[in-house]
Amino acid sequence: MPPKGWVEINELYCKACETCVTDCPTQTLAIDLSRLTPKGYHPAFMIHPENCTGCGICAVVCPDAAITVFRGVRPETEKEGEGA
Amino acid sequence: MTEADVKVVYKRPIGLTDLVTHYCPGCTHGVAHRLIAEVLEEMGELNNTIGVAPVGCAVFAYNYLDFDFVEAAHGRAPAMATGIKRTLPHKTVFTYQGDGDLASMGMGEIVAAASRGEQITVIFINNTNYGMTGGQMAPTTLPGQKTSSSPLGRDVETQGYPIRTAELLATLDGAAFVARRTLHDARGIRMAKRAIRTAFEVQKQGLGFSMVELLSICPTNWGLNTTNARQWLAEHMLPYYPVGDFKVSTAVSEMKIGGN
Repeated sequence: MPPKGWVEINELYCKACETCVTDCPTQTLAIDLSRLTPKGYHPAFMIHPENCTGCGICAVVCPDAAITVFRGVRPETEKEGEGA
Repeated sequence: MTEADVKVVYKRPIGLTDLVTHYCPGCTHGVAHRLIAEVLEEMGELNNTIGVAPVGCAVFAYNYLDFDFVEAAHGRAPAMATGIKRTLPHKTVFTYQGDGDLASMGMGEIVAAASRGEQITVIFINNTNYGMTGGQMAPTTLPGQKTSSSPLGRDVETQGYPIRTAELLATLDGAAFVARRTLHDARGIRMAKRAIRTAFEVQKQGLGFSMVELLSICPTNWGLNTTNARQWLAEHMLPYYPVGDFKVSTAVSEMKIGGN
């Protein structure tokens, strides 16, 4: 079974350059066209969170250091707050 | 599985400030800043570093990198870094320069600093144009490449050939470590980080001048989106500017790096 993980994207820094979206090996990320960041960009988000392995490639290529990568199983309490 | 099994694989390095950069979306200046912050954090040098900012897009680097910084005039960063390093030899001193700054305005300074073997580190961002002023032709612009000041493409008959800075500086005896890396994909970025680490270690151990050239994208001035700009770099820049180590002095090749 592949390792599990998740990412948190700081929307203050995300500029919707899509580098993480194109480089993610498991197609986990996408641009959220329904929301805007304070800077006026559509932020990246986890469209398929179940795919994430916590490999960290998105964070390596992110030009704005917006991504924090976790490996393990995400606590249930945190999951409720996402996807707003 | 409990929360104790959760591990943070990656987080924003403490060497970066909380400010949002003014760089365009996708610009690899941000990657270069992050790598420098990560390397200095790993080396424990964050409180012992003085950076020299260039002119160009990275002129505001001192707002984003959370350690001491000074700002040099056009191309004069290596001269300023020389003065700082000679007066404060225990500090880690590095310059962060673009291709207009280093390869055009400051070509004299960089060659002189490298030939003297100054104990400084140079991070050189090569994106084949003058990014801040509107994408004009730079000494590194590729033959036939269209820029705002070469709208028909760079004509080598009248405008000359691009300068391969890493190869040029590698011919100088004072240079201890000269390498070129690319920032267009994850593998290249990881290799770039190792090269930056080596360059700073060379300085820390007093082995001589070190420079890392980083191939970067400029999506706005190239008129491409981020994905296409990274492909353009791989297809056009990598054949002309090959990635590799162009000068590794004997002392550097025998150097041991802690933690790697």
